[in-house]
Amino acid sequence: MSEARPLSLDDVARRIDGMIAMSDEALLAAACERADELLALGEAILERWVISRGETPACGTVEGFRLLALHRQGACGDASFNACRETCRELVYRHNVVRLDPAHADAARRLRLGAMVARHLMLFIGGKLEVAGLGEFCCSARPLRRGEASRQPADTV
Amino acid sequence: MSGKYRKVAYYPGCALEGTGHPYNRSTRELGKALGLDLVELDNWNCCGAMEVKNVDPKLQTYLSARNLSIAESMGFDTVMAPCNGCYHNLKKAEYDLANDAASREVAGRLSHKAGHKPYEAGKVGTIHALDWIKEAIGEEGLKARVKTALKGLKIANYYGCMYTRPRHIFPEKDRGPGSESTSRPHFMDDLLAAAGAENVEYPLSTACCGGAHTLSDSDTSTRLVLNLLTTAQACGADVIATECPTCHTGLEMHQVRAEKVFGRKTTVKILYFTQLLGMALGLSARKVGVHENFSDSSDLLRARELGR
Repeated sequence: MSEARPLSLDDVARRIDGMIAMSDEALLAAACERADELLALGEAILERWVISRGETPACGTVEGFRLLALHRQGACGDASFNACRETCRELVYRHNVVRLDPAHADAARRLRLGAMVARHLMLFIGGKLEVAGLGEFCCSARPLRRGEASRQPADTV
Repeated sequence: MSGKYRKVAYYPGCALEGTGHPYNRSTRELGKALGLDLVELDNWNCCGAMEVKNVDPKLQTYLSARNLSIAESMGFDTVMAPCNGCYHNLKKAEYDLANDAASREVAGRLSHKAGHKPYEAGKVGTIHALDWIKEAIGEEGLKARVKTALKGLKIANYYGCMYTRPRHIFPEKDRGPGSESTSRPHFMDDLLAAAGAENVEYPLSTACCGGAHTLSDSDTSTRLVLNLLTTAQACGADVIATECPTCHTGLEMHQVRAEKVFGRKTTVKILYFTQLLGMALGLSARKVGVHENFSDSSDLLRARELGR
Protein backbone atom coordinates (compact mmCIF):
# COMPACT_ATOMS: atom_id res chain seq x y z
CA MET A 1 0.00 0.00 0.00
CA SER A 2 1.18 3.48 -0.73
CA GLU A 3 -0.60 5.00 2.30
CA ALA A 4 1.59 5.89 5.24
CA ARG A 5 -0.81 4.23 7.67
CA PRO A 6 -2.44 0.90 6.93
CA LEU A 7 -6.12 1.14 6.11
CA SER A 8 -8.53 -0.06 8.75
CA LEU A 9 -10.84 -2.92 7.81
CA ASP A 10 -13.74 -0.44 7.93
CA ASP A 11 -11.98 1.73 5.36
CA VAL A 12 -11.37 -1.34 3.23
CA ALA A 13 -15.01 -2.40 3.53
CA ARG A 14 -16.17 1.03 2.40
CA ARG A 15 -13.91 0.95 -0.65
CA ILE A 16 -15.01 -2.55 -1.58
CA ASP A 17 -18.68 -1.68 -1.22
CA GLY A 18 -18.05 1.43 -3.31
CA MET A 19 -16.49 -0.62 -6.08
CA ILE A 20 -19.32 -3.15 -6.09
CA ALA A 21 -21.88 -0.34 -6.32
CA MET A 22 -20.14 1.41 -9.24
CA SER A 23 -21.76 1.44 -12.64
CA ASP A 24 -20.20 -0.59 -15.42
CA GLU A 25 -19.16 2.64 -17.12
CA ALA A 26 -17.34 3.90 -14.04
CA LEU A 27 -15.54 0.58 -13.58
CA LEU A 28 -14.56 0.38 -17.24
CA ALA A 29 -13.34 3.98 -17.33
CA ALA A 30 -10.37 2.99 -15.17
CA ALA A 31 -10.38 -0.80 -15.26
CA CYS A 32 -6.61 -1.24 -14.74
CA GLU A 33 -6.56 1.17 -11.82
CA ARG A 34 -9.50 -0.65 -10.24
CA ALA A 35 -7.76 -3.99 -10.72
CA ASP A 36 -4.68 -2.57 -8.98
CA GLU A 37 -6.89 -1.21 -6.23
CA LEU A 38 -8.31 -4.69 -5.64
CA LEU A 39 -4.83 -6.02 -5.03
CA ALA A 40 -3.98 -3.06 -2.80
CA LEU A 41 -7.10 -3.65 -0.74
CA GLY A 42 -6.19 -7.32 -0.38
CA GLU A 43 -2.74 -6.28 0.83
CA ALA A 44 -4.25 -3.82 3.29
CA ILE A 45 -6.43 -6.60 4.70
CA LEU A 46 -3.51 -8.98 5.21
CA GLU A 47 -1.40 -6.17 6.68
CA ARG A 48 -3.95 -5.87 9.49
CA TRP A 49 -3.48 -9.54 10.32
CA VAL A 50 0.31 -9.37 10.22
CA ILE A 51 0.39 -6.23 12.36
CA SER A 52 -1.99 -7.78 14.87
CA ARG A 53 0.63 -10.52 15.37
CA GLY A 54 3.26 -7.90 16.16
CA GLU A 55 5.11 -8.31 12.89
CA THR A 56 6.11 -5.89 10.15
CA PRO A 57 4.26 -6.59 6.90
CA ALA A 58 6.47 -8.06 4.19
CA CYS A 59 7.54 -5.76 1.36
CA GLY A 60 8.73 -8.51 -0.99
CA THR A 61 6.76 -10.57 -3.44
CA VAL A 62 5.89 -14.21 -4.10
CA GLU A 63 5.32 -15.10 -7.74
CA GLY A 64 5.45 -11.37 -8.41
CA PHE A 65 2.73 -10.37 -5.96
CA ARG A 66 3.08 -8.77 -2.55
CA LEU A 67 -0.37 -10.09 -1.64
CA LEU A 68 0.94 -13.65 -1.88
CA ALA A 69 4.03 -12.73 0.16
CA LEU A 70 1.78 -11.31 2.86
CA HIS A 71 -0.32 -14.47 2.78
CA ARG A 72 2.79 -16.58 3.23
CA GLN A 73 3.87 -14.37 6.12
CA GLY A 74 0.42 -14.53 7.71
CA ALA A 75 0.22 -18.30 7.37
CA CYS A 76 3.59 -18.88 9.04
CA GLY A 77 2.83 -20.81 12.24
CA ASP A 78 -0.92 -20.58 11.68
CA ALA A 79 -2.06 -23.36 9.41
CA SER A 80 -5.70 -22.25 9.55
CA PHE A 81 -4.63 -19.30 7.41
CA ASN A 82 -4.75 -21.85 4.62
CA ALA A 83 -8.45 -21.04 4.49
CA CYS A 84 -7.79 -17.83 2.59
CA ARG A 85 -5.04 -19.10 0.30
CA GLU A 86 -7.34 -19.62 -2.67
CA THR A 87 -9.14 -16.36 -1.96
CA CYS A 88 -5.83 -14.50 -2.28
CA ARG A 89 -4.91 -16.37 -5.44
CA GLU A 90 -8.37 -15.71 -6.87
CA LEU A 91 -7.84 -12.01 -6.24
CA VAL A 92 -4.55 -12.13 -8.12
CA TYR A 93 -6.26 -14.02 -10.95
CA ARG A 94 -9.06 -11.44 -11.17
CA HIS A 95 -6.49 -8.65 -11.23
CA ASN A 96 -4.52 -10.31 -14.01
CA VAL A 97 -7.54 -11.09 -16.17
CA VAL A 98 -8.74 -7.49 -16.07
CA ARG A 99 -5.21 -6.17 -16.62
CA LEU A 100 -4.80 -8.45 -19.63
CA ASP A 101 -7.83 -7.04 -21.43
CA PRO A 102 -9.25 -4.00 -19.63
CA ALA A 103 -11.62 -3.22 -22.49
CA HIS A 104 -13.21 -6.68 -22.49
CA ALA A 105 -17.02 -6.66 -22.48
CA ASP A 106 -16.94 -8.61 -19.22
CA ALA A 107 -14.33 -6.47 -17.47
CA ALA A 108 -16.81 -4.62 -15.24
CA ARG A 109 -18.32 -7.89 -14.05
CA ARG A 110 -14.87 -9.33 -13.46
CA LEU A 111 -13.98 -6.35 -11.30
CA ARG A 112 -17.22 -6.55 -9.36
CA LEU A 113 -16.72 -10.26 -8.67
CA GLY A 114 -13.13 -9.49 -7.72
CA ALA A 115 -14.43 -6.98 -5.19
CA MET A 116 -16.67 -9.69 -3.75
CA VAL A 117 -13.67 -11.94 -3.41
CA ALA A 118 -11.83 -9.12 -1.62
CA ARG A 119 -14.82 -8.72 0.65
CA HIS A 120 -14.63 -12.40 1.56
CA LEU A 121 -10.97 -12.00 2.44
CA MET A 122 -11.84 -8.98 4.56
CA LEU A 123 -14.62 -10.87 6.37
CA PHE A 124 -12.37 -13.86 6.99
CA ILE A 125 -9.53 -11.75 8.40
CA GLY A 126 -12.02 -9.65 10.36
CA GLY A 127 -13.38 -12.89 11.83
CA LYS A 128 -9.89 -14.13 12.65
CA LEU A 129 -9.05 -10.88 14.38
CA GLU A 130 -12.01 -11.54 16.67
CA VAL A 131 -11.62 -15.31 16.99
CA ALA A 132 -8.15 -16.39 15.95
CA GLY A 133 -9.26 -20.00 15.60
CA LEU A 134 -11.52 -19.30 12.61
CA GLY A 135 -10.56 -21.90 10.04
CA GLU A 136 -8.90 -24.25 12.52
CA PHE A 137 -11.34 -27.08 12.08
CA CYS A 138 -11.42 -26.88 8.39
CA CYS A 139 -8.01 -26.50 6.94
CA SER A 140 -5.23 -26.97 9.34
CA ALA A 141 -4.39 -30.57 10.28
CA ARG A 142 -2.62 -28.62 12.99
CA PRO A 143 -0.23 -30.92 14.77
CA LEU A 144 1.59 -32.28 11.76
CA ARG A 145 1.88 -28.93 10.09
CA ARG A 146 3.19 -27.23 13.19
CA GLY A 147 5.51 -29.95 14.28
CA GLU A 148 3.57 -30.47 17.46
CA ALA A 149 3.28 -34.20 17.07
CA SER A 150 6.49 -35.00 18.87
CA ARG A 151 5.68 -32.58 21.70
CA GLN A 152 2.30 -34.12 22.46
CA PRO A 153 2.40 -35.89 25.85
CA ALA A 154 2.14 -39.63 25.25
CA ASP A 155 -0.53 -40.12 27.87
CA THR A 156 -3.06 -37.57 26.75
CA VAL A 157 -5.53 -40.16 25.55
CA MET B 1 -19.14 -47.68 -16.59
CA SER B 2 -15.87 -48.40 -14.84
CA GLY B 3 -15.87 -51.40 -12.54
CA LYS B 4 -14.13 -49.28 -9.94
CA TYR B 5 -16.15 -48.29 -6.86
CA ARG B 6 -19.26 -50.23 -7.90
CA LYS B 7 -19.39 -51.63 -4.39
CA VAL B 8 -17.80 -49.65 -1.61
CA ALA B 9 -18.02 -49.35 2.16
CA TYR B 10 -20.20 -46.44 3.18
CA TYR B 11 -19.37 -44.19 6.09
CA PRO B 12 -22.26 -41.72 6.48
CA GLY B 13 -20.92 -40.06 9.64
CA CYS B 14 -22.92 -38.35 12.35
CA ALA B 15 -24.08 -35.28 10.41
CA LEU B 16 -25.79 -37.41 7.79
CA GLU B 17 -27.95 -38.94 10.47
CA GLY B 18 -29.01 -35.50 11.72
CA THR B 19 -29.08 -32.16 9.94
CA GLY B 20 -27.52 -33.69 6.83
CA HIS B 21 -30.11 -36.43 6.51
CA PRO B 22 -31.26 -35.32 3.04
CA TYR B 23 -27.65 -35.81 1.88
CA ASN B 24 -27.70 -39.34 3.29
CA ARG B 25 -31.05 -40.10 1.67
CA SER B 26 -30.11 -38.65 -1.71
CA THR B 27 -26.70 -40.36 -1.73
CA ARG B 28 -28.27 -43.75 -1.08
CA GLU B 29 -31.04 -43.19 -3.65
CA LEU B 30 -28.58 -41.95 -6.23
CA GLY B 31 -26.47 -45.06 -5.70
CA LYS B 32 -29.51 -47.29 -6.13
CA ALA B 33 -30.59 -45.48 -9.29
CA LEU B 34 -27.12 -45.91 -10.73
CA GLY B 35 -26.83 -49.57 -9.75
CA LEU B 36 -24.05 -48.95 -7.24
CA ASP B 37 -23.78 -50.79 -3.94
CA LEU B 38 -23.17 -48.99 -0.69
CA VAL B 39 -22.49 -51.20 2.32
CA GLU B 40 -22.67 -49.23 5.54
CA LEU B 41 -19.83 -49.81 8.00
CA ASP B 42 -20.86 -51.94 10.97
CA ASN B 43 -20.79 -50.17 14.29
CA TRP B 44 -19.02 -47.09 12.95
CA ASN B 45 -18.06 -44.23 15.23
CA CYS B 46 -17.60 -40.47 14.98
CA CYS B 47 -14.59 -39.46 12.86
CA GLY B 48 -13.43 -37.11 15.60
CA ALA B 49 -14.86 -34.09 13.81
CA MET B 50 -13.85 -30.68 15.07
CA GLU B 51 -14.35 -31.28 18.77
CA VAL B 52 -11.96 -34.15 19.28
CA LYS B 53 -9.51 -32.91 16.66
CA ASN B 54 -9.07 -29.58 18.38
CA VAL B 55 -8.69 -31.10 21.84
CA ASP B 56 -6.62 -34.17 21.04
CA PRO B 57 -5.67 -34.68 17.38
CA LYS B 58 -4.22 -38.14 17.99
CA LEU B 59 -7.45 -39.36 19.50
CA GLN B 60 -9.18 -38.06 16.37
CA THR B 61 -6.71 -40.01 14.25
CA TYR B 62 -7.52 -43.15 16.21
CA LEU B 63 -11.29 -42.63 15.90
CA SER B 64 -11.03 -42.24 12.13
CA ALA B 65 -8.59 -45.16 11.91
CA ARG B 66 -11.08 -47.39 13.71
CA ASN B 67 -13.58 -46.77 10.90
CA LEU B 68 -10.94 -47.65 8.33
CA SER B 69 -10.16 -50.77 10.32
CA ILE B 70 -13.84 -51.78 10.26
CA ALA B 71 -13.92 -51.33 6.48
CA GLU B 72 -10.87 -53.59 6.18
CA SER B 73 -12.42 -56.24 8.41
CA MET B 74 -15.53 -56.18 6.20
CA GLY B 75 -13.36 -56.94 3.19
CA PHE B 76 -13.29 -53.50 1.60
CA ASP B 77 -10.32 -51.54 0.33
CA THR B 78 -12.35 -48.35 -0.23
CA VAL B 79 -14.59 -46.39 2.07
CA MET B 80 -16.79 -43.60 0.73
CA ALA B 81 -17.52 -40.63 3.00
CA PRO B 82 -19.88 -37.99 1.55
CA CYS B 83 -19.31 -35.49 4.38
CA ASN B 84 -16.33 -33.20 3.79
CA GLY B 85 -15.48 -33.28 7.49
CA CYS B 86 -15.46 -37.08 7.67
CA TYR B 87 -13.66 -37.36 4.34
CA HIS B 88 -11.01 -34.91 5.50
CA ASN B 89 -10.54 -36.64 8.86
CA LEU B 90 -10.26 -40.11 7.37
CA LYS B 91 -7.75 -38.83 4.83
CA LYS B 92 -5.86 -37.11 7.61
CA ALA B 93 -5.79 -40.34 9.62
CA GLU B 94 -4.41 -42.19 6.58
CA TYR B 95 -1.70 -39.56 6.31
CA ASP B 96 -0.92 -39.42 10.03
CA LEU B 97 -0.61 -43.18 10.35
CA ALA B 98 1.64 -43.40 7.32
CA ASN B 99 3.89 -40.52 8.34
CA ASP B 100 3.83 -40.00 12.08
CA ALA B 101 5.20 -42.60 14.49
CA ALA B 102 3.57 -40.96 17.51
CA SER B 103 0.14 -41.21 15.87
CA ARG B 104 0.75 -44.88 15.11
CA GLU B 105 1.76 -45.50 18.69
CA VAL B 106 -1.36 -43.86 20.13
CA ALA B 107 -3.68 -45.53 17.61
CA GLY B 108 -2.07 -48.91 18.34
CA ARG B 109 -2.42 -48.50 22.09
CA LEU B 110 -6.07 -47.45 21.86
CA SER B 111 -6.89 -50.22 19.39
CA HIS B 112 -5.42 -52.75 21.82
CA LYS B 113 -7.44 -51.26 24.67
CA ALA B 114 -10.61 -51.34 22.55
CA GLY B 115 -9.91 -54.94 21.58
CA HIS B 116 -9.45 -54.70 17.84
CA LYS B 117 -6.55 -55.01 15.44
CA PRO B 118 -4.75 -51.69 14.85
CA TYR B 119 -5.34 -50.22 11.43
CA GLU B 120 -2.32 -50.36 9.15
CA ALA B 121 -1.88 -47.41 6.81
CA GLY B 122 -2.49 -48.15 3.16
CA LYS B 123 -4.98 -50.97 3.58
CA VAL B 124 -8.08 -48.86 2.88
CA GLY B 125 -8.46 -45.71 0.82
CA THR B 126 -11.03 -43.01 1.51
CA ILE B 127 -12.98 -41.41 -1.31
CA HIS B 128 -15.60 -38.67 -1.44
CA ALA B 129 -19.06 -39.09 -2.97
CA LEU B 130 -17.82 -37.00 -5.90
CA ASP B 131 -14.97 -39.48 -6.57
CA TRP B 132 -17.46 -42.32 -6.26
CA ILE B 133 -19.84 -41.08 -8.98
CA LYS B 134 -17.07 -39.70 -11.16
CA GLU B 135 -15.12 -42.97 -11.19
CA ALA B 136 -17.92 -45.52 -11.07
CA ILE B 137 -20.25 -43.87 -13.58
CA GLY B 138 -18.45 -40.92 -15.15
CA GLU B 139 -19.89 -38.09 -17.18
CA GLU B 140 -20.76 -40.21 -20.20
CA GLY B 141 -22.49 -42.79 -18.02
CA LEU B 142 -24.51 -40.07 -16.36
CA LYS B 143 -25.47 -38.45 -19.65
CA ALA B 144 -26.79 -41.78 -20.87
CA ARG B 145 -29.01 -42.14 -17.79
CA VAL B 146 -30.41 -38.60 -17.53
CA LYS B 147 -34.21 -38.49 -17.81
CA THR B 148 -34.94 -34.91 -16.81
CA ALA B 149 -31.95 -32.81 -17.76
CA LEU B 150 -31.04 -29.91 -15.51
CA LYS B 151 -31.11 -27.83 -18.68
CA GLY B 152 -31.02 -24.11 -18.09
CA LEU B 153 -30.48 -24.51 -14.36
CA LYS B 154 -27.65 -22.20 -13.40
CA ILE B 155 -25.54 -23.65 -10.65
CA ALA B 156 -22.74 -22.27 -8.50
CA ASN B 157 -20.76 -25.22 -7.20
CA TYR B 158 -19.60 -24.74 -3.64
CA TYR B 159 -16.93 -27.23 -2.53
CA GLY B 160 -16.18 -25.66 0.84
CA CYS B 161 -12.84 -25.77 2.51
CA MET B 162 -12.19 -29.33 3.65
CA TYR B 163 -12.49 -31.13 0.34
CA THR B 164 -9.11 -29.87 -0.80
CA ARG B 165 -7.25 -28.70 2.30
CA PRO B 166 -4.60 -29.27 3.42
CA ARG B 167 -3.21 -30.44 0.10
CA HIS B 168 -0.71 -32.92 1.53
CA ILE B 169 -3.42 -35.31 2.76
CA PHE B 170 -4.83 -35.70 -0.76
CA PRO B 171 -1.97 -37.28 -2.73
CA GLU B 172 -4.32 -38.47 -5.48
CA LYS B 173 -5.33 -34.90 -6.36
CA ASP B 174 -3.38 -32.54 -8.62
CA ARG B 175 -2.20 -35.43 -10.78
CA GLY B 176 -3.00 -33.75 -14.08
CA PRO B 177 -5.85 -34.44 -16.50
CA GLY B 178 -8.64 -36.52 -15.01
CA SER B 179 -7.63 -35.89 -11.41
CA GLU B 180 -9.21 -33.43 -9.04
CA SER B 181 -7.57 -30.05 -8.48
CA THR B 182 -6.99 -28.64 -5.02
CA SER B 183 -6.73 -25.07 -6.25
CA ARG B 184 -9.72 -25.19 -8.59
CA PRO B 185 -11.83 -28.29 -7.93
CA HIS B 186 -14.12 -29.34 -10.76
CA PHE B 187 -15.59 -32.81 -10.14
CA MET B 188 -18.98 -31.44 -9.05
CA ASP B 189 -19.01 -29.07 -12.02
CA ASP B 190 -18.22 -31.99 -14.35
CA LEU B 191 -21.00 -34.21 -13.00
CA LEU B 192 -23.69 -31.53 -12.93
CA ALA B 193 -22.74 -30.37 -16.43
CA ALA B 194 -23.16 -33.97 -17.59
CA ALA B 195 -26.67 -33.86 -16.11
CA GLY B 196 -27.41 -30.79 -18.23
CA ALA B 197 -26.80 -27.97 -15.75
CA GLU B 198 -25.16 -24.71 -16.67
CA ASN B 199 -22.36 -24.11 -14.20
CA VAL B 200 -21.66 -20.47 -13.54
CA GLU B 201 -18.24 -19.09 -12.74
CA TYR B 202 -18.09 -18.95 -8.95
CA PRO B 203 -14.92 -17.39 -7.53
CA LEU B 204 -15.67 -18.40 -3.93
CA SER B 205 -16.10 -22.14 -4.55
CA THR B 206 -13.61 -23.11 -1.82
CA ALA B 207 -13.85 -20.04 0.41
CA CYS B 208 -14.51 -20.29 4.14
CA CYS B 209 -18.14 -20.31 5.29
CA GLY B 210 -17.24 -19.86 8.95
CA GLY B 211 -18.86 -23.21 9.64
CA ALA B 212 -16.89 -24.08 12.75
CA HIS B 213 -17.82 -20.79 14.37
CA THR B 214 -21.47 -20.81 13.60
CA LEU B 215 -22.37 -20.93 17.30
CA SER B 216 -19.43 -19.19 18.93
CA ASP B 217 -19.32 -16.26 16.51
CA SER B 218 -22.55 -16.33 14.58
CA ASP B 219 -22.26 -12.86 13.07
CA THR B 220 -18.94 -13.69 11.40
CA SER B 221 -20.44 -16.85 9.95
CA THR B 222 -23.54 -15.01 8.77
CA ARG B 223 -21.47 -12.33 7.04
CA LEU B 224 -19.26 -14.91 5.34
CA VAL B 225 -22.28 -16.91 4.18
CA LEU B 226 -24.09 -13.77 3.03
CA ASN B 227 -21.11 -12.94 0.83
CA LEU B 228 -21.15 -16.49 -0.57
CA LEU B 229 -24.85 -16.14 -1.35
CA THR B 230 -24.73 -12.64 -2.86
CA THR B 231 -21.69 -13.57 -4.95
CA ALA B 232 -23.50 -16.66 -6.26
CA GLN B 233 -26.43 -14.46 -7.20
CA ALA B 234 -24.12 -11.94 -8.86
CA CYS B 235 -22.75 -14.84 -10.89
CA GLY B 236 -26.28 -15.57 -12.07
CA ALA B 237 -26.82 -18.77 -10.09
CA ASP B 238 -30.30 -20.16 -9.38
CA VAL B 239 -28.85 -22.78 -7.08
CA ILE B 240 -25.76 -23.35 -4.97
CA ALA B 241 -24.84 -27.03 -5.17
CA THR B 242 -23.19 -28.40 -2.04
CA GLU B 243 -21.27 -31.54 -1.15
CA CYS B 244 -20.86 -31.11 2.60
CA PRO B 245 -23.54 -31.16 5.31
CA THR B 246 -21.77 -28.52 7.40
CA CYS B 247 -21.52 -26.11 4.48
CA HIS B 248 -25.05 -26.91 3.39
CA THR B 249 -26.60 -26.35 6.80
CA GLY B 250 -24.52 -23.20 7.29
CA LEU B 251 -25.69 -21.75 3.99
CA GLU B 252 -29.32 -22.56 4.76
CA MET B 253 -29.36 -21.33 8.34
CA HIS B 254 -27.36 -18.18 7.75
CA GLN B 255 -29.45 -17.32 4.70
CA VAL B 256 -32.35 -17.02 7.10
CA ARG B 257 -30.26 -15.33 9.78
CA ALA B 258 -28.87 -12.77 7.31
CA GLU B 259 -32.42 -11.69 6.56
CA LYS B 260 -33.46 -11.60 10.21
CA VAL B 261 -30.38 -9.98 11.68
CA PHE B 262 -29.00 -7.88 8.83
CA GLY B 263 -32.16 -7.41 6.76
CA ARG B 264 -30.43 -8.91 3.71
CA LYS B 265 -32.63 -11.26 1.72
CA THR B 266 -31.14 -13.60 -0.86
CA THR B 267 -33.10 -15.90 -3.11
CA VAL B 268 -30.55 -18.39 -4.40
CA LYS B 269 -31.54 -21.99 -3.54
CA ILE B 270 -29.31 -24.53 -1.83
CA LEU B 271 -29.36 -28.20 -2.84
CA TYR B 272 -26.99 -31.13 -2.42
CA PHE B 273 -25.37 -32.23 -5.67
CA THR B 274 -26.73 -35.72 -5.01
CA GLN B 275 -30.27 -34.30 -4.92
CA LEU B 276 -29.72 -32.52 -8.24
CA LEU B 277 -28.25 -35.62 -9.88
CA GLY B 278 -31.01 -37.79 -8.46
CA MET B 279 -33.72 -35.54 -9.89
CA ALA B 280 -31.91 -35.47 -13.23
CA LEU B 281 -32.14 -39.27 -13.20
CA GLY B 282 -35.90 -38.98 -12.72
CA LEU B 283 -36.13 -39.46 -8.95
CA SER B 284 -38.79 -37.45 -7.17
CA ALA B 285 -37.91 -34.48 -4.98
CA ARG B 286 -39.28 -36.41 -2.02
CA LYS B 287 -37.18 -39.44 -2.78
CA VAL B 288 -34.00 -37.36 -2.64
CA GLY B 289 -35.13 -35.59 0.52
CA VAL B 290 -35.73 -32.07 -0.78
CA HIS B 291 -38.54 -31.76 1.77
CA GLU B 292 -35.95 -32.28 4.52
CA ASN B 293 -33.90 -29.29 3.42
CA PHE B 294 -34.32 -26.14 5.41
CA SER B 295 -34.14 -24.05 2.26
CA ASP B 296 -37.38 -24.22 0.28
CA SER B 297 -36.65 -24.78 -3.39
CA SER B 298 -40.08 -26.09 -4.36
CA ASP B 299 -40.96 -23.08 -6.56
CA LEU B 300 -37.80 -23.41 -8.54
CA LEU B 301 -38.14 -27.16 -8.96
CA ARG B 302 -41.77 -26.80 -10.06
CA ALA B 303 -40.84 -24.13 -12.59
CA ARG B 304 -38.10 -26.37 -13.97
CA GLU B 305 -40.29 -29.47 -13.84
CA LEU B 306 -37.69 -31.24 -11.72
CA GLY B 307 -38.28 -33.91 -9.11
CA ARG B 308 -41.93 -34.54 -9.97
